[in-house]
Amino acid sequence: MELKEKLISSFMAFEGQIDVNSDLYDVRTSAIKNFELKGFPSKKEEAWKYTSLNAVLKHDFTVFPKHDSAIEFKDVKKYFLHEIDTYKVIFIDGKYSSFLSQTTHEGLDVCLMSSAFTKPKYKMVMDTYFNQIANKDETLTSLNTAFAAEGAYINVPKSKVVDKPIEIIYFSTGQENALMVQPRNLIVVGENAHVQIIERHQSLNENPVLTNAVTEVFAQKRAIVDYYKIQNDLGSANLIDNTYIAQKQESHVSVHTFSFGGNVTRNNLNFYHQGERIDSTLKGITIIGGKQHVDHYTLVHHAQPNCESHQNYKCIVNDSATGVFNGKIFVEKEAQKTDAFQQNNNILLSEKAVINAKPQLEIFADDVKCSHGCTIGQLDESAMFYMQQRGIPKKEAKALLMYAFSNEVIESIKIPELKQRITQIIANKLGVNLGFDL
Amino acid sequence: MAKYTEDDLKVELENKEYEYGFYTDIESETFPAGLNEDIVRAISKKKNEPEWMTEWRLEAFRAWREMVEPEWANVHYEKPDFQAISYYSAPKKKDKYASLDEVDPELLDTFKKLGISLDEQKKLAGVAVDIVMDSVSVATTFKKTLAEKGIIFCSISEAIQEHPELVQKYIGSVVPQKDNFYAALNSAVFSDGSFCYIPKGVRCPMELSTYFRINQGGTGQFERTLVIADEGSYVSYLEGCTAPSRDENQLHAAVVELIALDNAEIKYSTVQNWYPGNKEGKGGVYNFVTKRGLCETNAKISWTQVETGSAVTWKYPSCVLKGDNSIGEFYSIAVTNNFQQADTGTKMIHLGKNTRSTIISKGISAGKSQNSYRGLVQIGARAENARNFSQCDSLLMGNQCGAHTFPYIESKNATARIEHEATTSKIGEDQVFYCNQRGIPTEKAIALIVNGFSKEVLNKLPMEFAVEAQKLLEISLEGSVG
Repeated sequence: MELKEKLISSFMAFEGQIDVNSDLYDVRTSAIKNFELKGFPSKKEEAWKYTSLNAVLKHDFTVFPKHDSAIEFKDVKKYFLHEIDTYKVIFIDGKYSSFLSQTTHEGLDVCLMSSAFTKPKYKMVMDTYFNQIANKDETLTSLNTAFAAEGAYINVPKSKVVDKPIEIIYFSTGQENALMVQPRNLIVVGENAHVQIIERHQSLNENPVLTNAVTEVFAQKRAIVDYYKIQNDLGSANLIDNTYIAQKQESHVSVHTFSFGGNVTRNNLNFYHQGERIDSTLKGITIIGGKQHVDHYTLVHHAQPNCESHQNYKCIVNDSATGVFNGKIFVEKEAQKTDAFQQNNNILLSEKAVINAKPQLEIFADDVKCSHGCTIGQLDESAMFYMQQRGIPKKEAKALLMYAFSNEVIESIKIPELKQRITQIIANKLGVNLGFDL
Repeated sequence: MAKYTEDDLKVELENKEYEYGFYTDIESETFPAGLNEDIVRAISKKKNEPEWMTEWRLEAFRAWREMVEPEWANVHYEKPDFQAISYYSAPKKKDKYASLDEVDPELLDTFKKLGISLDEQKKLAGVAVDIVMDSVSVATTFKKTLAEKGIIFCSISEAIQEHPELVQKYIGSVVPQKDNFYAALNSAVFSDGSFCYIPKGVRCPMELSTYFRINQGGTGQFERTLVIADEGSYVSYLEGCTAPSRDENQLHAAVVELIALDNAEIKYSTVQNWYPGNKEGKGGVYNFVTKRGLCETNAKISWTQVETGSAVTWKYPSCVLKGDNSIGEFYSIAVTNNFQQADTGTKMIHLGKNTRSTIISKGISAGKSQNSYRGLVQIGARAENARNFSQCDSLLMGNQCGAHTFPYIESKNATARIEHEATTSKIGEDQVFYCNQRGIPTEKAIALIVNGFSKEVLNKLPMEFAVEAQKLLEISLEGSVG
């Protein structure tokens, strides 16, 4: 059975478990209808011109895992940012693991979507925010909405500065031959509040996984949100990550995406401005090899005056991997004095590596400063020569240059332990040990 | 019923005569509206074309029938009804106007601003000219010089008759009949166009221009141009004219093919200033053009365009850099005002080793217009050391207009070096203030700044063209500064 048909028929089974009278019922049914109509995106669509899901969709994915799986903390410790204390929301094969998690209701809510869906005390927040900013036309987002059942729910009240970072980790154990999970996160950050979030998807063995995640982030007035996405999964994992961010005036939201692992990774990152003097930052480092495919699809929608957005994506592609960057800056008529900047630098290391880039500007306001730059090139030969001449072996010299190339993004990580971790991952990825912290 | 008086009769007669006059004017063989195989055959027969040409047209027509009009461009317009168009109309024999006094004064005003001589004005506006104009004699000597060098420069119908081997070999080799919807339509029904062949090692001594090819003045709405530069030759070709042309044909779907063989160089400059519609956005020409050049080893093709006219422009002059060490260049200024829409850019397809391309695109939008740059830079897997530099700058004037960039960059080779940058900005208040302060009125200051903004492209135009193009920019943006 094709995955699409399977999903539609599983929805009927899923429908039986949920409350038909709830408001969500209509949201879900219209979402599944949209998916039924549009199906999985194909390369014929402009937004998916460079990324094909066909090979991924061939697997016979289980939509609802049959087994309850447990994992030992010591086996997965390395995936946590264990050097510091954090709040943790951990899921195993799409199900909440209370054993590994560390949630809270003191001063802020760090808990589960499943309780947010059912418990009356969350109803008001859910009514105001759930599925409000997510694109209802987009087929994969609709698919997620239809099945949305579990994920992280974070509500930071007004003026609360969250004392430690929040980690959201989705493990897949590989108990099923092939598993599809659809986590749904909702993050509401109140006025003047500040929060740091780290999200990670990790599979524990080579069985294929398809994750179709949707995250909605609402940043109220003057809120500060730092969001880090670590994508360093095994070669059998596929990730479609849809993130929608709504910002109110003077809020600062930054999203860093580190794509090192996974088979096919698609990041849809959307920023919508709903106030003046907003600052949005989108940064990413992609280092891939083998047959990996990473596609960054970003949209910054400037709808109000005096806002800023900064994008900086660095991509290093080796072997026969493919890197895609599709960035769109949309400036509405009202959004005067917009300062939008977009930069995408790519390095191709091998003959079969492919880079496709499509940086776009759509501008309807005249008093704006918008620019984008995009480069594709190689490592500087003279710099390589210089280092080799001074006794640095070729491999290390290469690694140093690549590290320098991505440093602009690494530097802006605000959690020092995370910065160290990312540096470590990069060093591993490049296969070098320089004997000092890169 | 009112009495039928002599006066009434007189009025009736006058009208009738006018009617007749009118009929004799267009009687000149206009085909019935609509398009089918018979019409295609008839066009081909009319032009006395050989069998292979008829077949070629029919093949294109059959392909066209299967195609749908593309919708991906960032333009909105009412789609033309292809069955309501008459696909063949012989060039008009009668002049449109008897004297300059009858010509639209607005048009004359523009001529004056462009500094076009009176005789030329008459010719451009379609006024009867009795005296032998300077340019005619220029054209004659011109033709003589060209013939001496072995250069063939004639209309494409003439070329089909006289040089069928060249046409057959090259037509459709760069833009195949099935390339796209409008190229297919053009291939099926093209009425005329230019043909140019530069023999081996010849450097064309002058700028070739359709403007000088007087006898083939109005080439109609489906123009086909084929330029072949044989090994080691050089040619600079000018198309269009800075003077505004009023054209009753709403749809223009031209195809231009350039072939630069080994070591050859073609420089193709266009100034397009068709009727953009009135200030409310009514009327105006739809300009859907397919332009493409093929570069063999060490060859170079350079496109320069100044686009100020047309209600809707849809145009992507491209270079296929097939040979090693070949070079493609694209310099463009696109100005849109009022309700104009332009979706224009280029494609650079790098196939050969050490190929290089440069793209400089300047978009200026004013009024309520929309101006888009859409470009593709593609590096093939075998294009070692390919190099591209692209720069697209947009200038916005007023908050009703839009500027968009859609660059596509695809690299399949690790040795490729690609750089792309784009900026969007408005004319700085401080810049205008600086000029004002020194006694330069705002309108002049804007013209000055726009000129500076477009300098990189204007510099690439042949000299006489550049001067006129500069004035044209000024005129196109007139009244857009509030």
